[in-house]
Amino acid sequence: MSARQTRLDRKFAALQSEGRKAFIAFVTAGDPDPETSFAILSGLPAAGADIIELGMPFTDPMADGPSIQAASQRALKAGQTLEKTLAMVARFRAEDDTTPVVLMGYYNPVFIYGVDRFIKDAVAAGVDGLIIVDLPAEEDSELCLPAMEGGLNFIRLVSPTTDDARLPNVLENTSGFVYYVSITGITGSAAPDVSKVSDNVARIKGRTNLPVAVGFGIRTPEQANAIASVADGAVVGSALVDVIGETAKNGDKPATDCVARVLTLASDLAEGVHKEIQK
Amino acid sequence: MDGQNSYRAGPDEKGRFGHYGGRFVAETLMPLILDLEAAYKAAQADPAFEAELIDLQTHYVGRPSPLYFAERLTEHFGGAKIYLKRDELNHTGSHKINNCLGQILLARRMGKTRIIAETGAGQHGVAVATAAARFGLPCTVFMGATDMERQKPNVFRMKLLGADIRPVTSGSGTLKDAMNEALRDWVTNVENTFYIIGTVAGPHPYPAMVRDFQSIIGKEVREQMLDREGRLPDSLVACIGGGSNAMGLFHPFLDDSDIRIIGVEAGGLGLETPDHAASLAGGLPGVLHGNRTYLLQDDDGQIIEGHSISAGLDYPGIGPEHAFLRDAGRVEYVSATDAEALEAFQLITRLEGIIPALEPSHALAHVGKIAPDLPRDHLMVMNMCGRGDKDVFAVAEHLKVDL
Repeated sequence: MSARQTRLDRKFAALQSEGRKAFIAFVTAGDPDPETSFAILSGLPAAGADIIELGMPFTDPMADGPSIQAASQRALKAGQTLEKTLAMVARFRAEDDTTPVVLMGYYNPVFIYGVDRFIKDAVAAGVDGLIIVDLPAEEDSELCLPAMEGGLNFIRLVSPTTDDARLPNVLENTSGFVYYVSITGITGSAAPDVSKVSDNVARIKGRTNLPVAVGFGIRTPEQANAIASVADGAVVGSALVDVIGETAKNGDKPATDCVARVLTLASDLAEGVHKEIQK
Repeated sequence: MDGQNSYRAGPDEKGRFGHYGGRFVAETLMPLILDLEAAYKAAQADPAFEAELIDLQTHYVGRPSPLYFAERLTEHFGGAKIYLKRDELNHTGSHKINNCLGQILLARRMGKTRIIAETGAGQHGVAVATAAARFGLPCTVFMGATDMERQKPNVFRMKLLGADIRPVTSGSGTLKDAMNEALRDWVTNVENTFYIIGTVAGPHPYPAMVRDFQSIIGKEVREQMLDREGRLPDSLVACIGGGSNAMGLFHPFLDDSDIRIIGVEAGGLGLETPDHAASLAGGLPGVLHGNRTYLLQDDDGQIIEGHSISAGLDYPGIGPEHAFLRDAGRVEYVSATDAEALEAFQLITRLEGIIPALEPSHALAHVGKIAPDLPRDHLMVMNMCGRGDKDVFAVAEHLKVDL
């Protein structure tokens, strides 16, 4: 779609040439506090994350389950803003110029920041792509088209309810990769049925050459392995964020090796995605 | 008409009223919303749908609701001749039932077997639970835990009607959080579930559809006023949370350019404080719950909780068509505080023997501000959109009366 090669394009090309699948790790920016959150972000590539999805916290995350809702609330309580999230990406970029960073969230904070200003600042910070949950293809003129014009990938969600008639419209302005939502539901829900996911990934691949990553409901290295066997990548968010919730400082309860435990889980998940696919 | 043909033309095919409205939903819901739009269009074209709805409105709801000349209130203010549109006399005690019956008939046409809804004060929840009971459909109502505490009688009514009430503790446990949770349920149960939104907000086609079902209010007022006075009213006043009762009254009159139309937002503790729910007066355009509209929010685009004495008005947004009408200058939007509403509540109770809900008490407070300066032949209609039974405990608390 885009003439320019992005970090995402290069990453998926490299993974493909190595015969590997992408482990995509989601954490919320600023959760549980700016410094701990940066330490997690900074450690994810070495833990095996191929791509990082960084959540932009929002008060009303309508597609998210309790884990990521709580992550947003912790981050906002600790003073996170969209400006700080962009600064966090810029700081990460100073030390890592290859791991793609995709910002994921809801439209309102971006709309209030100002679409043109956001695209300019996101590109300058080293952001590679956007996933905006509440911008379907019908609203492409809002952010998707200007973002792609500005050099960002716009990664579209495809869901089990996206039928064949609708799929081409949804894929039309998608770039970087396609994010298949494995279930009808919210993040952190029940584990997806791998055979159904497999059918749907095949259905999407019949319509696009873009890589297809799968997310929602993947919590363990085994599930990540099973999903990676039928897709180009697996996204894990709630399970990582739950560890932050359990280990972060909470009132009088002090933080307990939050960064180390999140990165340990990340590396277990990465191993699940990267190891030989179990048939 | 300021260069446009009609104020009643919206929404366009993208669900926009000018800049406002739209379909800002997750991809999982998008096909459902397109299905709903198609089903609603088909229903509108089907005389059998309208006939069934009219039959229910007549024999189940008790429509048309009276247009009542409030003689003592008029004398008290000493100016405009004040009429009350008595939608509080509807079955279930508010205008909410008008919309619920329309949507539940649509749900049946679409073959949906489960109903969900959000509620704040519980008036919409009660109306949904009522319609669901009437048609034998299971119904789940999401209600903020804070609101459940404030509105115990309505919680019990819904339970009696067979609804499953889900307390929502996320966020601050009020209406916007209940709406988030209803959307999360809908995205999970896409096959069988119909989401009955209670106000003129949400993704297209909800704002237009809810408006259409509520427009029976304004259509009746037109006929009734012509019948009573031989002419149309001079002004219309209604309270606004999401804005469904106001849109229902206003919409049929938007192109009658001589008619002054006023929407009254909840001023809470005052617009100069952070504790109000006046999205138009104190908010900025943004995107929430599927539509672009004015929202109470901070500099980072995070949503701020509204505050009002009335749980039915403390939503941090407003229907997108109101946002459009405000920018177009067609409707005046003002506000009344908690204290002013409380005073109006007591005034009309004593003068007219009508205990209003706290929501229309806001509209009445504004009537009290403007009616005295208007001539005696000025015909004013206020929408009495709900009755106050549900509020008597809260009012007693505010008046420091121990029951």
